[in-house]
Amino acid sequence: MTEQTNYLDMDLLRFTTAGSVDDGKSTLIGRLFHDTKAIFEDQLEAIEKSSKQRGDKNINLALLTDGLRAEREQGITIDVAYRYFATPKRKFIIADTPGHIQYTRNMVTGASTANLALILVDARNGVVEQTRRHTFIADLLGIKHVAVCINKMDLVDYSEDAYEKVLRQYTDFASRLENVTDLTFIPISALKGDNVVDRSESMPWYKGPPLLYHLENVYVGSDSNHVDSRFPVQWVIRPHSDEHHDFRGFSGRVSGGVFKTGDEVTILPSGFSTKISKILKGEKEIEEAFHPLSVTMLLEDEIDVSRGDMIVKPNNQPKISQDLDAFICWFSGTKKLTKGSKFIFRHTTKEAQVIVSEIRHKVDVNSLRKQEDAECFDMNDIGRISLRVSQPVFHDTYRRNRNTGSFILVDPFTNETLAAGMLR
Amino acid sequence: MHNYNLTHLEQLESEAIFILRETAAQFERPGLLFSGGKDSIVMAHLAAKAFSPAKIPFPFVHVDTGHNFPETIAFRDQFVKDYGVNLIIGLVQDSIDQGTAVEESGPNASRNALQSVTLLETIEKEGFDACLGGGRRDEEKARAKERFFSHRDAFGQWDPKNQRPELWNLFNGRKAPGENFRIFPLSNWTEMDVWQYAKIENIELPNLYFSHSREVVDRNGSLLAVSEFVSPRENESPIEEVVRFRTIGDATCTGAVKSNASSIEEVINEVAASRVTERGSRADDRRSEAAMEDRKKQGYF
Repeated sequence: MTEQTNYLDMDLLRFTTAGSVDDGKSTLIGRLFHDTKAIFEDQLEAIEKSSKQRGDKNINLALLTDGLRAEREQGITIDVAYRYFATPKRKFIIADTPGHIQYTRNMVTGASTANLALILVDARNGVVEQTRRHTFIADLLGIKHVAVCINKMDLVDYSEDAYEKVLRQYTDFASRLENVTDLTFIPISALKGDNVVDRSESMPWYKGPPLLYHLENVYVGSDSNHVDSRFPVQWVIRPHSDEHHDFRGFSGRVSGGVFKTGDEVTILPSGFSTKISKILKGEKEIEEAFHPLSVTMLLEDEIDVSRGDMIVKPNNQPKISQDLDAFICWFSGTKKLTKGSKFIFRHTTKEAQVIVSEIRHKVDVNSLRKQEDAECFDMNDIGRISLRVSQPVFHDTYRRNRNTGSFILVDPFTNETLAAGMLR
Repeated sequence: MHNYNLTHLEQLESEAIFILRETAAQFERPGLLFSGGKDSIVMAHLAAKAFSPAKIPFPFVHVDTGHNFPETIAFRDQFVKDYGVNLIIGLVQDSIDQGTAVEESGPNASRNALQSVTLLETIEKEGFDACLGGGRRDEEKARAKERFFSHRDAFGQWDPKNQRPELWNLFNGRKAPGENFRIFPLSNWTEMDVWQYAKIENIELPNLYFSHSREVVDRNGSLLAVSEFVSPRENESPIEEVVRFRTIGDATCTGAVKSNASSIEEVINEVAASRVTERGSRADDRRSEAAMEDRKKQGYF
């Protein structure tokens, strides 16, 4: 019985992996799974069989995550693969993201929901452009914990000097980051299994814990904001049945703060105030709701509320503006962003038209220097822009609240997601 | 001090409900793909919660190969009645009769792949712009790369190299006429999560999931139930075994596992100790290394 209680009480860590092509990310995940016995016999059998077929010397653990035909053919990872495993301590969701430059958008995707970023560096090559780019993205997306795995130590004779050299290179670069507060370095060999699950015997000079121990124990303070109460209305529930004739429930996911029955609330944009008469979670009534619970709220007064509106507290309101200042990461390889470009803007449960009013600067991810004279954004460009939205947006800064501070830009013609944005 | 931490199951539940509501809000005519398997039952249960006390605002859709376990159909019909939703059935037999699908021949013939044809025909006929599926990313390596909102072109195809990036909780369901979406609210759930959730929520599941005595044949390592669709071949002799099913699908390709687990608690213990994935007993995935990816590109769930 205790086992089940444990399972039900288990903590969740979401992390993302990043690194340059061939740094060995997929091999590392394969190793984590293999050594924690999270690979099943039929999976292992299938990998063994195809490793043999391909003429690989060892079992190719990368084949576990490289699930698409094209990936197996090219031997690279081209899309985010989500992986799940649990140890007695924690449950993990991994977003394994590709290192190849044209797939950087997937790294951003993986990082947007992660608490921790695991960044791989090849001990032979040290910090390269992709390392800087990925670290910068993790920082920009508000990830506080970064674990830098210096991989392929077996190829540099498990040398402490080689490790120290990469560590210095990385620290140099990382001192300029804003959000990362916890930086941990671990020398590993994903291929041989050194310091992944078990402590390496080849690197007695390393005194820290192996990677899995770090992942199981790193304290990830809740990412949730429990101060600023925000409830973007997602869907209005009106049963139209005899039994629930007058029922009007406003459902959605709490995006910040805490709401309790009896709390006075203000509806945006109308500005009307009322009180919460009831909070439902499914069919059950609950006393209070907080991030990231999906609930349904009932209000005391009959007020017109619809999708895209936001329920907040009268004494703590978000910023309300049509003019926004944001960092964006541009994804599209076929379209460019320029001053005057028009897009569809999706933020919380709201959709609106938007026009780029100004390009402020781009950031060179190698030097982190600003490029003030930029005229357009191309694939993988990151920088700061100003936007004018067709209607007021209820928002917070991304640093304060990931849910009310994030948006995407969508192409009005092709419907592609073109960019990810973080409000300032 | 108040504890505002959610367990991982509560987080998964809230996430799934958010996706279900987002589907209702962003699409004009969604449908919920209901196979009578445990994942679709849990998804339906979550849908009931998401819109309570109103009814689930979309119909259930069953793509029926005609090769079902009779228990599945009985369970499905009762379930739909209890939830008061409409059921739309797409019959693979109809596609075969119309000549849009051709029955496979040979010793391992299955109608499993033909479901894609019938599904696409049902989508077109009913005008669905989104189909909710109970697929989970932990099931299979191609599924591990699928988005919550998975875009399909006018031919129903999945383009894995050109998927829309999915960030935070912002889901882009915009599409051109004729295109549609497959939506997977249980993306982040594992087999264990589904069982644990069924347990704490007291969700009723078909008897096939629990151990029972049944006549089976061992075919290429899969224990297939002897039925009107699967008869023993010359070199095979049927045996009586105590088995249960880890997944429920087409009777011609869903293998049983030997098991004494007769309650949810026992199944949970068995899943925790299992060394084989649940799809390990599915003959349809064993056809080739990229079997699932190839079927998905053609419009499979």
